[in-house]
Amino acid sequence: MAEATGIEIKELYKIFGPNGKEMVQRVKDGMSKSELNEKHNHVLGLNNINISMPGGKIQVVMGLSGSGKSTLIRHINRLIDPTDGEVLYGNEDVCKMSQTELREFRRHKTAMVFQKFALLPHRTVMKNTVYGLEIQGVPMKEAEERAARWIARVGLEGFEDHYPNQLSGGMQQRVGLARALTNDADILLMDEAFSALDPLIRMDMQTVLLDLQEELHKTIVFITHDLDEALRLGDRIAILRDGAVIQQGTGQQIVLKPEDSYIADFVKEVNRGRVIRVETVMDQTKTLNTGTQIPANVMLEEAAKIFAAEGVNEASVINRSGTPVGVLTIQDTISAMVTPVAH
Amino acid sequence: MDLSEFPSLSRDTLRDIRLTVDSGFKDFTRTYGETLELMLEPVKDFLIFLEGLLIDSPWFIVLAVLVGIVFLLSRNIKITIGSVIALCLIGTFGMWEDTMRTIAMVTVCTLLAIVLGIPIGIFMARSDRVQGFVNPILDLMQTMPSFVYLIPVVMIFGLGKVPGLIAIVVYAIPPMIRLTNLGIRLVDPDVLEAADAFGSSSWQKLVNVQLPLALPTIMAGINQTIMMALAMVVVAALIGVKGLGQPVVNAIANQYFTMGVMNGLAIVAIAIIFDRATQAYGKRLQKHSEVVHG
Repeated sequence: MAEATGIEIKELYKIFGPNGKEMVQRVKDGMSKSELNEKHNHVLGLNNINISMPGGKIQVVMGLSGSGKSTLIRHINRLIDPTDGEVLYGNEDVCKMSQTELREFRRHKTAMVFQKFALLPHRTVMKNTVYGLEIQGVPMKEAEERAARWIARVGLEGFEDHYPNQLSGGMQQRVGLARALTNDADILLMDEAFSALDPLIRMDMQTVLLDLQEELHKTIVFITHDLDEALRLGDRIAILRDGAVIQQGTGQQIVLKPEDSYIADFVKEVNRGRVIRVETVMDQTKTLNTGTQIPANVMLEEAAKIFAAEGVNEASVINRSGTPVGVLTIQDTISAMVTPVAH
Repeated sequence: MDLSEFPSLSRDTLRDIRLTVDSGFKDFTRTYGETLELMLEPVKDFLIFLEGLLIDSPWFIVLAVLVGIVFLLSRNIKITIGSVIALCLIGTFGMWEDTMRTIAMVTVCTLLAIVLGIPIGIFMARSDRVQGFVNPILDLMQTMPSFVYLIPVVMIFGLGKVPGLIAIVVYAIPPMIRLTNLGIRLVDPDVLEAADAFGSSSWQKLVNVQLPLALPTIMAGINQTIMMALAMVVVAALIGVKGLGQPVVNAIANQYFTMGVMNGLAIVAIAIIFDRATQAYGKRLQKHSEVVHG
């Protein structure tokens, strides 16, 4: 499969209200969300969003409720029309597509998974899964063959003839995922896809998604309000607040260098041992040629386990090819795993 | 000046208004009456055909077919046996032919109401403006005393089957339209959004999502329509519709108590059969939307 195309969001604004277009300039001139609401009775949904979502990677958009993250993801397939700005997929601007082009784009380039599953209750698992292909006009036999593969892949083999109401939440979302994957689209949009599931099943589904991404390399946009989930899944993370991006980067960057106190508050609760990699903390000025070895890309928690098991204070960090690239001490490991007192 | 009296238009003016409207309508009737009648010819033919079929076929075959339909709809032995008993009693008491006429009439009226009502309901669901326009008309159709709109109908079509048909459809179609509209509007917006996200055209959305999900509500509409059509059978008898209504009208005029009660009960019996069968069918349609898993 060819490398998936990325998505480029440029200066995107969304203002809810009758005269959104006129209000954009005021917002560009620096009017705040609350001022806009009080004086003009318009709601600022998205404020100057610029995100470059890399192709074939998982881009997480994180924010609390009301931050505009669900609005943002709906701009990528234009379920919501922007007030101003561009959403580029390759060279195409999604915001400028005609209705027909947009329908074709949705049919062939995007697939979406929803927080509340949004399955068709009157259709069986199989009929739900083929929905996207059916809409495209793919012959039913071929559609069902393709769908059967994905139903099996998400672990629902044998449930093809069940109705959604006969399945648990986790299983229903597997159907949602199978339905999206069957479309074989470049872009996978996941709107709080796992938020309605209980923690164990959520972890389970995250694993399913990561496994699938290993082989599929789709451009995935994943919305969540859960930082742990964001850090686990996201190749890149953008944090949204009041409709604006307040920080974006890799999970490591966000945990280690939170841009402001709002993010710092979030990050405080994170299990850093599971987020920070050995290579981020190690002492790169030294190398060791003997003793215990730790791979550079494992998490600190793994490293701590190795220290505990080996009973040593110092280990050599090696890269993929086995060359020593630095030194990690137990001291550094512990202090990196503990949340710093102040930021 | 007498303050207790509302300052109304003078008698002469009122009379002139009445005369103008009446003669205008008479002209309209003369000009278009025949065309309208021609347009409804196929419906009339179908009604006569169905009536003939029900009356002229051997009674046991008709009974078997009717009961078969009831069973297919309800998949319920109790309802099926109940219908057999009810129909046999009707036959025993000599009301078979009238009952068949009424069933034919109600069937045709219901079909007509469905064919006209569902598209109107769909248009209403798609636009608030259409809804705002159609709703008061439906209110009017439901509350206007039926005798009042029987007048123009009789003026155009005379007495007989067709005016009866129109009167019944006018009275019975509002729930069909309203519940189609409601059913489509109540479809879960999340599911509609999903259909949009996969690139459904609006026709695909209607056929794959909106109508199937609205179907239980639409079935409730059909049920209501049948009930109201049956309720109109007696009124329609006043303008010459044959069937169970006519003996009732006769009974009222001549104070034949037993005859009135018997025919009345026959109407009740087929109403119950229709109602239970369609309701059970509606329930079966809903089965998959009950939450089994919390």
